[in-house]
Amino acid sequence: MYPENFRYTKEHEWVDAKGDEATIGITSHAQEELGDIVYVDLPKAGITVEQGKTFGSVESVKAVSDIYAPVSGEVLAINETLSEAPESLNADPHGAAWLIKVKLSNPSELAGLLDAAGYKAFLGE
Amino acid sequence: MLDACGVSSLEGLFAHLPQEVMLQRPLQLADGKSEYDIIDYFKARSAECATGYASFLGAGVYSHYRPVVVDTIVSRAEFLTSYTPYQAEMAQGTLMAIFEFQSMVCQLTGMDVANASMYDGSSAVPEAAMMAVRITGRDRVVIARTVHPEYRTVLRTYAKHQGMPVAESGYDSGTGMLDLAALDAAIDDQTAAVIIQSPNFFGTIEDVKAAAEIAHKKGALLVHVFTEAVSLGLLAPPKEADIVCGEMQSYAISPSYGGPFAGIIATKEKHIRQIPGRLVGETKDANGKRAYCLTLSTREQHIRREKATSNICTNQALIALMATVFMSLYGKQGLRELAEQNLAKAHYLADGLPLKFSAPFFNEFVVKCGDPEAVNKGLLSKKIIGGLPLGSFYPELSDSMLLCATEMCKRADIDEVKKAVAR
Repeated sequence: MYPENFRYTKEHEWVDAKGDEATIGITSHAQEELGDIVYVDLPKAGITVEQGKTFGSVESVKAVSDIYAPVSGEVLAINETLSEAPESLNADPHGAAWLIKVKLSNPSELAGLLDAAGYKAFLGE
Repeated sequence: MLDACGVSSLEGLFAHLPQEVMLQRPLQLADGKSEYDIIDYFKARSAECATGYASFLGAGVYSHYRPVVVDTIVSRAEFLTSYTPYQAEMAQGTLMAIFEFQSMVCQLTGMDVANASMYDGSSAVPEAAMMAVRITGRDRVVIARTVHPEYRTVLRTYAKHQGMPVAESGYDSGTGMLDLAALDAAIDDQTAAVIIQSPNFFGTIEDVKAAAEIAHKKGALLVHVFTEAVSLGLLAPPKEADIVCGEMQSYAISPSYGGPFAGIIATKEKHIRQIPGRLVGETKDANGKRAYCLTLSTREQHIRREKATSNICTNQALIALMATVFMSLYGKQGLRELAEQNLAKAHYLADGLPLKFSAPFFNEFVVKCGDPEAVNKGLLSKKIIGGLPLGSFYPELSDSMLLCATEMCKRADIDEVKKAVAR
């Protein structure tokens, strides 16, 4: 369920780092808790996100949740498909429904995040 | 009850108030008047008030006819006694009325979506500015000096603590329209919104399209403001604008010494998630029947807390209902005819008078008259309320007044005003 090569936060974001680039999304647990997702608010490419600060929000039929950056860096790309098909976040949160790609400004931040086992333990699974 | 509050007398409840603001003697009220006597007394006093005066005063609050059916409908207890719908779906009638209001505002303004109303036109302006700040990610605002001076003051009040610098842009002293070159120069790469009014405070009709092009060229949004909703019956909807806001007082809302009124804010569909306030949507219930609901509430304070689009979490339901009834009653053709009457009377009044500006106007215009206060004093003795002396808002126009003529003005009174101003 939770890929071994990802790192996770207690706010239920995941990050998949390759070199100094990372893809960021929300976890399957997050989408399940939110329910049917109807809107995703993402930043513009080019801005800088900071670890622990919000960079967007996910809106479901019952709530809006802020998304916190698991790592710091410059936004390289956002997942444009989510504006047309926000429901894909419910279907494939760890894959096609990634949120943003960033260029890591401080790769050492990754070490402070949870691994898959740690995240599953945090969820109590 | 006093025991429960821990005080021994009624006066004790007010003991914490500063003594200098307290009346130090009992109210001078006669004892034991009958209901009949009291009504007689108030009838006599009201006869001393300014009834039966003709008004040529506009400047943001207009004297228009209020059809009697408006009060008949808004006096129904279902509307009159209910507050903003917190158990929203329980109040289908209220929601339907709001939905109609929103739909008609969209038709009038050429926008895709309108909210359930704002407190008034002036407070809708800073809401539109803050909306533009959220959409563009920029923080500055440019507002035309031809926007209602009190609206600009309200904007500055909001802007002061929002970290939203406000710059003003001047007008052409010949035409009374926006100085487009100055506007262009005032916009920089951090300008989120360019705010203009049409018809502007001088009654002059602005070139909305040209202003929109200038704003859009630099990546700013155009906010279009109106104070005289009757003008929308005749003028093209400001479709070039990104956000439209304004005042609905002209639509059967009594001047009432300045309020309560109802404002509107409307925008394009792509900005729907940044609009402040309540939105009513139409949907189908579990049985497939038409139903109304509050929608996109995730923008609002009770859900988004400090990240809400605005701290407004209500609407001017009853006052907006007056405007809704008015719009339904007049319809498209009726609004057009009403606007034409205003235009005709204002232009009859203006004909031959020394106008300050050359550009086309709707039902208000600026006229040179030497000493505006003296002119008004003379008119008042003839039971006519004159125009607004402009000196206090625009020192350079201290020899001028802003005159307004609506469908309520009678020819004999208009002729009196013409005589008084031309003298």
